[in-house]
Amino acid sequence: MAGNTEPLSPRAKLAVTAGKAAAAVSRAAGRGSGSVIGGRVALKLDPDLLAALAKHLDVVLVSATNGKTTTTRLIAEALRASGPVVSNALGANMPAGITSALAGGSDAKYGVIEVDEKYLATVARDVTPKAIALLNLSRDQLDRAAETRMLAEHWREGLSGSKALIIANADDPLIVWAASSSANVVWVAAGQEWKDDAWSCPSCGGVMQRPGDDWFCAECGFRRPTPSWALSGDHVLDPHGSAWPIKLQLPGRANKANATTSAAVAAAFGVPPQVALERMFAVQAVAGRYDVVTFAERELRLLLAKNPAGWLETFSLIDGPPTPVIMSVNARGADGTDTSWLWDVDYTRLAGHPIFVLGDRRLDLAVRLEVAGLDFEVCETLDEAVRIAPPGRIEVIANYTAFQDLRRRVGN
Amino acid sequence: MSDNSLRVVWIYPDLLSTYGDQGNVLVVERRARQRGLDVQRLDVRSDQQIPTSGDIYLIGGGEDRPQRLAAERLIRDGGLDRAVSNGAIVFSVCAGYQILGHEFINDLGERQQGLGLLDVVSTRGEGERCVGDVLADIDSRLGLPPLTGFENHQGVTHLGQTARPFAKVRFGNGNGVGDGYEGAWNDTVFGTYMHGPVMARNPHIADLLIKLALDVNALPPADDRWYDALREERIAAATQNV
Repeated sequence: MAGNTEPLSPRAKLAVTAGKAAAAVSRAAGRGSGSVIGGRVALKLDPDLLAALAKHLDVVLVSATNGKTTTTRLIAEALRASGPVVSNALGANMPAGITSALAGGSDAKYGVIEVDEKYLATVARDVTPKAIALLNLSRDQLDRAAETRMLAEHWREGLSGSKALIIANADDPLIVWAASSSANVVWVAAGQEWKDDAWSCPSCGGVMQRPGDDWFCAECGFRRPTPSWALSGDHVLDPHGSAWPIKLQLPGRANKANATTSAAVAAAFGVPPQVALERMFAVQAVAGRYDVVTFAERELRLLLAKNPAGWLETFSLIDGPPTPVIMSVNARGADGTDTSWLWDVDYTRLAGHPIFVLGDRRLDLAVRLEVAGLDFEVCETLDEAVRIAPPGRIEVIANYTAFQDLRRRVGN
Repeated sequence: MSDNSLRVVWIYPDLLSTYGDQGNVLVVERRARQRGLDVQRLDVRSDQQIPTSGDIYLIGGGEDRPQRLAAERLIRDGGLDRAVSNGAIVFSVCAGYQILGHEFINDLGERQQGLGLLDVVSTRGEGERCVGDVLADIDSRLGLPPLTGFENHQGVTHLGQTARPFAKVRFGNGNGVGDGYEGAWNDTVFGTYMHGPVMARNPHIADLLIKLALDVNALPPADDRWYDALREERIAAATQNV
């Protein structure tokens, strides 16, 4: 079904207009894109607006702790092969931001929507999605986020009655627990390097056994489902056993995993893997992440890592020593104010790299690196770190607000 | 134990390591090695037996359900009890601290039996979660500089006759009773609500555990430069939060 075949109700139209006006005012005041405030105003005027806007779309929801913004981009790119797509490409992933994004896409056929983990069940109820992609769940923002297993439980309850096709990562026990209450699941072996949030069985609490890539609970029999799609090296294996090469500009194993899931989603809408994967090559940087920029006559690659699982995946994609690495860590509201997660990250993987440390919480990171037995320099600013870094392209890894600070400084 | 060896046991990282608790293990390990000790670290998962011959046992924080599972398995195992009878040193944080007491409230809202290695009883607070930087003065008998930590809990822990408060807070909540006390200790068993992890901000606590385990009064100095800088920053942060 393409485009808005049924017009919006007068109330919904008014809400969309008021939301756009609020967004314009917010933009004019220099407060960012205004998408969140616009959506908030619109939802207040018509609480059913999200459902009304989604009614004419084939909706795909994407949620996870890590990789949801990138995967949303990859799926959107793939589905464009089959029709116009509206998407919250900038990562405003709560109901207000989603409403605002959908209000801008009245001619679209598909809605590809990133959803914050806490809102997945609610949004899934409102927009009646055709498909939901679930990538991974791990610890994030310890001071205010829900417990990881509770989140999986919440998803499980919220999705149990959903008619959507669930495309879920078979390698993350928490994701499997969340998805396995649904009638219609496509399992994807997308991998998950971080394992420390799934040592205890989400079903019975038994200790999880993890021989090789497999996993199972010896006590209750909860185990890894047989995947029909898989990431295998640089290829996507489809359910027929065909291998399709993954060509991405985005680096790292995690993005290959995101591409695999995206190919499985695209196939559900009739876009063949070959076409989907070729289209994904167009995605270059996602909201500044993975972008290579020039700053102070040096090349910097900007990498976002928000939590231990994200840092682990990031370490596996950076260039080897002696490539210099700059790390910046903040602990502002959006980051979570508890920095103890730094101790879950294995920084010994950076041995041999010249290391430079900055950000609000550079001293927490300094102690962490000292205990890891690494050499490092603590810097006040990005400028200073770049100035003293030895030659070569610099890998810059930062958590959420530190990343925003970096982008502002390099003018990206 | 030979003179030069130190056995450090990390209890149940599969259940109780939500708040960077590995950090405490790493700091103890690092500071012991810097003093020329031969450190053997043992991570014991909850389907494995707890060795009784360790010198220092560390037990961390966790979510409510793993906390219940950990308490059940520790009681069934019995190894930690025997280790304490053998004179081992135990340091516990948050959920682990509650487990070492007589009882706590589990994820099902029920009172659950703990190990009783510390004379404390924990309940769940009615008010808001205690979250933020803490500054406290450690029991002067332990001869340590002020305690800096990050708290993130809803527990309320009452001390019995034989447990001494580990510290008295200047800023923050600690045990949440309202009397200003934070943590508890007897001669060999310690408990605290402080994350950070607590050793990263208070390496002297790691040194204290090492000294108690080796039964020595002093250790050679270690390089405290980065710890000191972090302490200064976090102590200032705790002071300004009010």
